[in-house]
Formats: sequence, C-alpha cells, structure tokens
Amino acid sequence: MSDTSATQRVKFYQTGTHTVGNRLLDEADRTVQASMERANAITSGHRACQGCGEALGARYALDSAMRATEGKLVAVNATGCLEVFTTPYPETSWQIPWLHSLFGNAPAVAAGVAAAFRVKGREDVRVVAQGGDGGTADIGFGCLSGMFERNDDVLYICYDNEAYMNTGVQRSSATPPAARTATTPAVGDAPGNVFGTGKNLPLIAMAHNIPYVATASVANLHDLEAKVEKAMGMRGARYIHVMVPCPLGWGSASDATINLARMAVESGLFPLFEAEHGAVTKTNKIRHQIPVADYLRPQLRFAHLFKKDRENTESLQRIQRMADANIKRFDLLEDGGSAQ
Amino acid sequence: MLKQLEGSVAIAETVAYCRPEVVCAYPITPQTHIVEGVGALVKSGVLSNCEFINVESEFAALSVAIGASAAGARAYTATASQGLLFMAEAVYNAAGLGLPIVMTIGNRAIGAPINIWNDHSDSMALKDAGWIQLFAESNQEAVDLHIQAFRLAEELSCPVMVCVDGFILTHAYERIDVPTQEEVDAFLPPFEPVQVLDPTEPYSIGAMVGPEAFTEVRYLGHQKQLQALHLIPEIAKVFQDVFGRETGGLVHPYRTENAETMIVALGSINGTIKDVVDAMRESGTAIGSIGVCSFRPFPLEALAKALDGAKRVIVVEKSLAPGLGGMLTSDVRMSLLRQAIPVHTVIAGLGGRPVTGVSLTAAFELAVNDQLEDVHFLDLDHAAIEHEVERSRLTRKSGPTAENILRRLGSGV
Repeated sequence: MSDTSATQRVKFYQTGTHTVGNRLLDEADRTVQASMERANAITSGHRACQGCGEALGARYALDSAMRATEGKLVAVNATGCLEVFTTPYPETSWQIPWLHSLFGNAPAVAAGVAAAFRVKGREDVRVVAQGGDGGTADIGFGCLSGMFERNDDVLYICYDNEAYMNTGVQRSSATPPAARTATTPAVGDAPGNVFGTGKNLPLIAMAHNIPYVATASVANLHDLEAKVEKAMGMRGARYIHVMVPCPLGWGSASDATINLARMAVESGLFPLFEAEHGAVTKTNKIRHQIPVADYLRPQLRFAHLFKKDRENTESLQRIQRMADANIKRFDLLEDGGSAQ
Repeated sequence: MLKQLEGSVAIAETVAYCRPEVVCAYPITPQTHIVEGVGALVKSGVLSNCEFINVESEFAALSVAIGASAAGARAYTATASQGLLFMAEAVYNAAGLGLPIVMTIGNRAIGAPINIWNDHSDSMALKDAGWIQLFAESNQEAVDLHIQAFRLAEELSCPVMVCVDGFILTHAYERIDVPTQEEVDAFLPPFEPVQVLDPTEPYSIGAMVGPEAFTEVRYLGHQKQLQALHLIPEIAKVFQDVFGRETGGLVHPYRTENAETMIVALGSINGTIKDVVDAMRESGTAIGSIGVCSFRPFPLEALAKALDGAKRVIVVEKSLAPGLGGMLTSDVRMSLLRQAIPVHTVIAGLGGRPVTGVSLTAAFELAVNDQLEDVHFLDLDHAAIEHEVERSRLTRKSGPTAENILRRLGSGV
C-alpha cells in the first residue's frame, strides 16, 4: 500500500486521462464487478435514473461489504432515492436481507439489528446502514450521532448527492454554496444556495472518535471498495461518505457522472481521506489541482455563475478558496504537484 | 410472590421475567423508574442475554426496538407524554411493519403548558396507530398485563402498549404479587418471529406500497385487532389458570346488575369510581361501572352488551378532544348505535388534577337527576376562566394565558 491510496501500490492511468484502467491491474486488484464471483448485493432492473451516482456507489459499496463478510450482511436503508428505486415491489434489487423503516432513523434501526444479532450470538452477521445526504446530514443526524457515540457495530454509508433528489431537488445542509435547487432558486442578488459555514459530516463523524471514517468517490471505485472492505474488518461505529453526482439534480449529462465526481476530487472540493479514532491517517493526493470552474461549468445548477459576459467571479473565487483551503487542510497535493 | 414495591419497580421486575433481548431506554417522567429498573437488572446480571441500550431520544428508542424486533429479538421500551409524540412516526412504522414490540406508557399530559402529571392525552394521541392499547386499573394489573402483552403481541405480530397511569400507579408503593421466573416461563413461550432479517433467507422489508395494495395491508392490520378481541379474553383465561388471578380481558364490569346509570372509564380512576358506585348503591342508586381494559381493539360488542338496559352512560375521561369533548365517549357511542342511551362526558383529572370521590359523586347525582350537561368539566375553576377571558378582551397584548392564570392564582385574588 502506498501512503496516498487505500488500494494501489502503483497507479495506472489510461493515456491522456486520469482514468485508472481495470485491465491494467493484477487480477487480485481488479474491482469485484469485473469478477465472475461478484457478490451482487443489488441486481440490475432497479429504477435509478441513467447515470445515477448513488446506484453505482451503493452497488460497489455493498458488493464489497458482502465480499468482506462472506455474504453475512444485513442492510438498513433510510427513506430516499436508493430505497425507492431498489424496491418497486413486487420486485426488489436486494439480494441481502434489507430493512427500510423511516427517513430519519436508519442508524438507530441498524443499531437495533446489530444488538439483536449480538444477543443471539450471531456476531458474524454484520450490519450496514445507508442513506442520502438529507437522511444523514439533516433528518437522521441525531440518530447518527447517537449511533457514533455508543460505538454501535454498524457501518453507515452516506451517498451524498448534495440535495434532496427524491423529492425533487431541494436544498439540504450538504448542498454547496451557489448551487441552484428547487428551494434555492438562481434569482436575485445572491442566486442559488447561501454561502454558509457548511456541515462537514466526515469531520463531525471524526469528532466522535469512532474507529473509522472515510470519504470516497464513484470516480475511484477501487478506493471505495478498499475502504468498505477495511471498514468491514473493524468493529464499532464506522462512517463512509461517498460523493455521488446526480444528473437530474445537478443538471449534468448522464455520461458525465464519473468525470464530475473526479473533478470534485481533483479540484480539492471533495477531499478523499481516511481517519481512525479521530485522526486523519491517509489522504488521496492530487497531482494537478484543476480550477473549480472546470468542475462547476458542466452543471446546470451552477449555470448562473457562467452567464455570457457576466461570469460571477466573486462566487467562483469564494468556491475556489474553499477548494484551496481543503488542499491546505488535508495536505492534498502530491510532491511536485501543481495547485491553482 | 407478594412484595411491597413501587409500581415501576414491579413492572421492571416483571418485564425482566419476560426475558426481553433488547431494551431501549430514554428518560422521561414518569416512566423513568421502569427503564432504570430493567437497566439495573441487566447490569447486575439478573436479566442475562439482554442488550440494554441507552439511546439519544425516544425516536431512537423505538427505532432501535424496530431494528431488533425485525432481526428476531424480543424488544421492549417504555415512554410517556412528549416522548411518545416524539416517536410518533416510529409508532406507526412498528405497527405497519407488524413488529411485536411491547412498550409501557406511563400516562402523562402533553404540553404546552408543560406538565409532568397524569392524564391520558399521550396514548390517546396515538390511539389509531395500529398498536393494541391495554389500560391497567391497578399496579397488580399493570404487572399482569405486561406478561400477557408479550404473548398477545407475538401471537399476532402486532405491537402492544401497556398504559399505566403516571405517578398514580408508576410511583405508588403497594402490595403487589410479582410472578416468579418459572411462572412467567410457563405462560410465555420463546419469541418465534413471522419475519426475520436472515442472510440465509434474504428478503426485503419496508418496500414502497402503492394504491394497489395499501388498503389491503391496512385492512389486515385492522383484522389483527379484531382477532385480538378474541385473543385478549383467551389469554386472560390462560393467565388465570397459571397465575390464579382474573386480570386483563376486554372490560371489567362492576355492580352492573340492574344499573340505570353506568360509568365507563380507562385506567386507575376505576378504583375511585368503584368506591363511589359502592357508596351510591348503599344509598339506593342503581349505578354500576365498566372499566375498559382493551381500548384498542375497542370492545364494541362487549361494551354494548354490558351497557344494555342502562338509562344513561357517563364516560369519565382523562383526555380532551378540543372542539369535540371526549375521545373515549365517541367510541362508547359507537358501541351504542343500536341502543338509544344518552352518553355524557365528564372530563376529569387533566394534567394530574385529583379526581375526588366527592366531585364524581356530585357529577353522577346530577346525571341521575338528568341535569348533567353533555360535556362536563369536573372541578373547573369558572372564576379563573372568566377572569382570563375578560382580561384578554380588554387588551390585545394580553400575553401568555397559562402564566397569567398562574399569576392570578399565586396572588390569591
């Protein structure tokens, strides 16, 4: 393992891109999706939109957790897109026991499931809870913090697409500044979402001193899988925050999901790191920091920042400063790498 | 075994004998002593094989119980008042998912104004959430109902609330026959779930259900309650065989033979009502009472039968439906659709106001003389009401009502 990545000793990039080529890796290092033995927690046929980052992230995360637990896995789901699009009954995509209770209680329900298996002497059965950014950062925040504080034996995965997409793209506390949503329209003197102080869930999770916290991206699936696998090798409360672009909510092309996720990372806006017991242990380094404008421009939710001849330089600069602050805070730049 | 105990402690001991596997605790007066008691029994090892989880809210308490029950564990929690309302969404969810959780309610008023004392506003607010609601008349019955509740819940896969009057029962020290572990084991079989999260047989629980099946799911929930109407008396009979006590069941008729005036009530107030019935019978009034033990399912037939022949019914209620009157009254009237009997409501004991035999007697005598209004508020301070109405008529910025009434009372005017 290198110090800069959870998975790769050597990085292979396809020519002209930063895409890691699966076929260039050793058999053992290839993603489980490339294997005939893939765990297949969520089967095809679900109702996610084309290019859905959450469907991709959840599939890789849960398959990895299944592999790590040899299939002895139960998933608890908060209300949200993932819950709705995977269970259009009488069909269900879930090949593992799956329970949905409410929007704001997935961490507590998962804690109850884990307690039941513990009391029955079945600690070999592991529990993953999951929700979107609304279910995690807003309405489920109290239950999540309680689960962290008790150090319940649950891995909670947040699929962050930066708004309430299931109800029609309303702002959540994870929505970035200036982003247009149905409740932060791009009108007036300060169009889009407010420039607040932000609610950084991974850092809040770290403040609970839980065994493991990580951020991950659908642009780096090997890294995501490795982090889930690592989390499943530990006991106690664990948290993984996965950035998952949403073509519908972001106003982006459905084939741009991976690219946007990658640009979020490479601009510094979404740092990839791991932390154990409250301290950062690893960060995924950036070779060349790209300008935030490159990441924002393809998304219609930021279109008001790029009006012809009237680019909103002030807002762009503020967002650039956020990215630069992350670069500094998490020491994201590779040795000899270039900043903006 | 006969013991001199606080009601909460007796309930805690009994719950422990029911061998719950996951117990979730969050403090709220007047329920707190119950979960404290269970917690102490877990910590000391008396109750083994139980996960006692201190959660961060009532919403989490029931949510943890939901997860535990869905994974096949016998789950228990207790709450009251604001706590029950804070978990309201999960209350409906547990019933909709058909999870046989047992929950004690230490009945308490709902704010504002904030009030820690007893009435039935809390469990009434969730009366139609799909849970069975059993009301205990005494601490002995509270103890017994918990044992019956686990069996009832698990046979039907339906959650059960055992409603126990806060302070009046939860904090009263009295002689209680607490069962032994052997007795409870003989009565309560191990929990065999009808649905369970199991990796060897995976399925999804909690999927979206549309108009094509939602009514049927709801109907089956209703049908479970109708089944409970038969099962509750059956379980009470088996309980009597094992424990030798007649307890539980649908309704508790008291001196109803040839009664012209019939009193209907829930919970501990039935003790006072029975004393009043005795005294009024003594002085020649044909009066009797019916304690409703099973409020959900509501025993329409049993009540209609018990009330048959009465000239008037008085429902004494520890809750209020503002703009309507009594909540229990509406249900009692439903049971009398085929009998033309006038039904009066007496709203009593809100926010812990003592319900005295003297006041009840006066109200019942008014009724016997056909002078009781349809909705009567027992011991209402009319002077305070008139003063407050007049004060707020005189000035627009009249300020907060509750505080103004208290200030007037404090000044001794």
